[in-house]
Amino acid sequence: MSKKKKQDEQVKKEQAKAYEKYVKQFTPNPKYFSNAIKAFFIGGLVCTAALYLQNLFMAQGMMKKDAATAVTVILVCSAQLLTGIGWFDSIARFAGAGVIVPITGFANSMVSPAMEFKKEGLVLGSGAKLFTLAGPVLVCGISVSVIIGIIHLIIDK
Amino acid sequence: MDYLWAFIIGGLICVIGQLLMDFTKLTPPRILVIFVVAGAILTGLGLYQPIVDFAKSGATVPLPGFGYLLAKGAMDAVKIDGFMGALVGGLKETAAGITAAIVFGYIIALIFSPKPLR
Amino acid sequence: MVANKIGKHTVKFNNKPEILGTGSVVGVKEGEGPLGKRFDVVLEDDTFNEKTWEKAEIKMLSESILLSMKKAGKTEKEIDAIISGDLLNQLMSASFTARDFDVPFIGIYGACSTMTESMILGSVLVDGGYAENVVSAASSHFCTSERQFRNPLEHGNQRPPAAQWTATASGSVVIGITNKPNIVLTYATLGKVVDPGITDAHQMGAAMAPAALDTIHTHLLDTNREPAYYDLIITGDLGHIGKDILLDMSKNRGIDLEKVHMDCGVILYDEDQDTHSGGSGCGCSASVFAGHIYREILEGKLKKVLLVSTGALLSTTSTMQGDSIPGIAHAIAIEVEDS
Repeated sequence: MSKKKKQDEQVKKEQAKAYEKYVKQFTPNPKYFSNAIKAFFIGGLVCTAALYLQNLFMAQGMMKKDAATAVTVILVCSAQLLTGIGWFDSIARFAGAGVIVPITGFANSMVSPAMEFKKEGLVLGSGAKLFTLAGPVLVCGISVSVIIGIIHLIIDK
Repeated sequence: MDYLWAFIIGGLICVIGQLLMDFTKLTPPRILVIFVVAGAILTGLGLYQPIVDFAKSGATVPLPGFGYLLAKGAMDAVKIDGFMGALVGGLKETAAGITAAIVFGYIIALIFSPKPLR
Repeated sequence: MVANKIGKHTVKFNNKPEILGTGSVVGVKEGEGPLGKRFDVVLEDDTFNEKTWEKAEIKMLSESILLSMKKAGKTEKEIDAIISGDLLNQLMSASFTARDFDVPFIGIYGACSTMTESMILGSVLVDGGYAENVVSAASSHFCTSERQFRNPLEHGNQRPPAAQWTATASGSVVIGITNKPNIVLTYATLGKVVDPGITDAHQMGAAMAPAALDTIHTHLLDTNREPAYYDLIITGDLGHIGKDILLDMSKNRGIDLEKVHMDCGVILYDEDQDTHSGGSGCGCSASVFAGHIYREILEGKLKKVLLVSTGALLSTTSTMQGDSIPGIAHAIAIEVEDS
């Protein structure tokens, strides 16, 4: 009985795979090349601008570490402001990973759900939804950093 | 010259993200997680620091740079504080960015409302 | 002995339930599309002067129901039931709309197939003599379904080519019986759930096409009709990709749909409106039928229409758990009585 069930499942899976392949010929591909070019130039531009700002701050006498932090804060805040006035989604639709992969994408993923759920209240609406998309990033990133810290503690001894 | 390398490396990291999005159907949140974790692991293995030295903002501004900061913070703090350092270091290093994102993000959310797409 | 069932899954309406009037309300983007002038109301602003998107959708549904009643010449007292549904959790828009009417309410969920489902149920009630006049309606709103099923509006992302655009639209139909039957609902074929195993939540057209084909095929066999019997066989929201798949699959089964088939999701938007594969949502087939198609019938351009609303019965939970997307389609035949 269970063997037959397993067989049925196998058949279903194969049918699904065949159908998916069949569907593929009707689905236009994303514009791989032009998307990649756009992501490269916009992403590169964001990074270059960040470096320019950092150098500017350092020329004003800021420590390198503080300057880098200040740049991060500026990038985060400007991405969030752009999200607020409704421009970021249009920019991202054009630039794709060019603005999603830099820290700007992380900033956007926090504000956008918080704005969306404002009507559900400031605590369980905006307050909670601030982390629906960014939460996983923080959870995984921080967990890995702790593990790496512990591994280094063991190795260095 | 610094600017050129920041541009090229930063751009390339974004291209990797774009290719992941187009080829694998991974959603942006998943890509963010993958990049941060990858950055942290590469840092732990000592492979990301050279890229940062070389490309500066080109390596720290994209999300692997966030993972890099988390891991670097933990690794540095462990040397001084031992086990507690592993718990404190990562967040301490990135505190300014995360706090800014939370506080400013919350303020923005209070001021603005979403507009329908056209 | 079942009197009104023929063939496998088809019911025949013997007492000639009719469409007495329709109402359609659509959003800004839909109004800018090629069918913009074929709807009763086009919003100037997708919020409809309401505080939340949900309230806007409720107002849209309510407005289209009122319009259809007005055009049918019926008051609230003469309506025996409102059958409607939408895409939101717990049928929020439909139930909250019914709150403002002094009429019994039947809430139904058939994803984007809701419009045909409610028209079939309405016709059954009227044909069987259980109700005199029934309102069948459905609605969807881009902003309410986007936040429930996908990402926040301001979230930066790129929609893949297969993605479809949830229509901000609502449509309503009043079904009743008169002495001089004109636009009559003759047959309805209930669809069964067909799951081709698609797991990508953006490939809705592909997930629904086999269900649409199954229902159309069953309908043609049960009624012993050829596709060419109809002036138009219009599916709900397969989109460009789903339409191509349906046509290709039907050719393989020996059914020639090419000349008579259209899809509401394909005609609702222009190609340069950046909707990718076309429109979707309950409101897509509801508004296109109640607005555009009904006008074509009134103008005498169409006499025999088969409306096949298609639905993708996925939930946010099933998608996250990696389950595939079950598809469904219901069909109802609308024919102009010769006089």
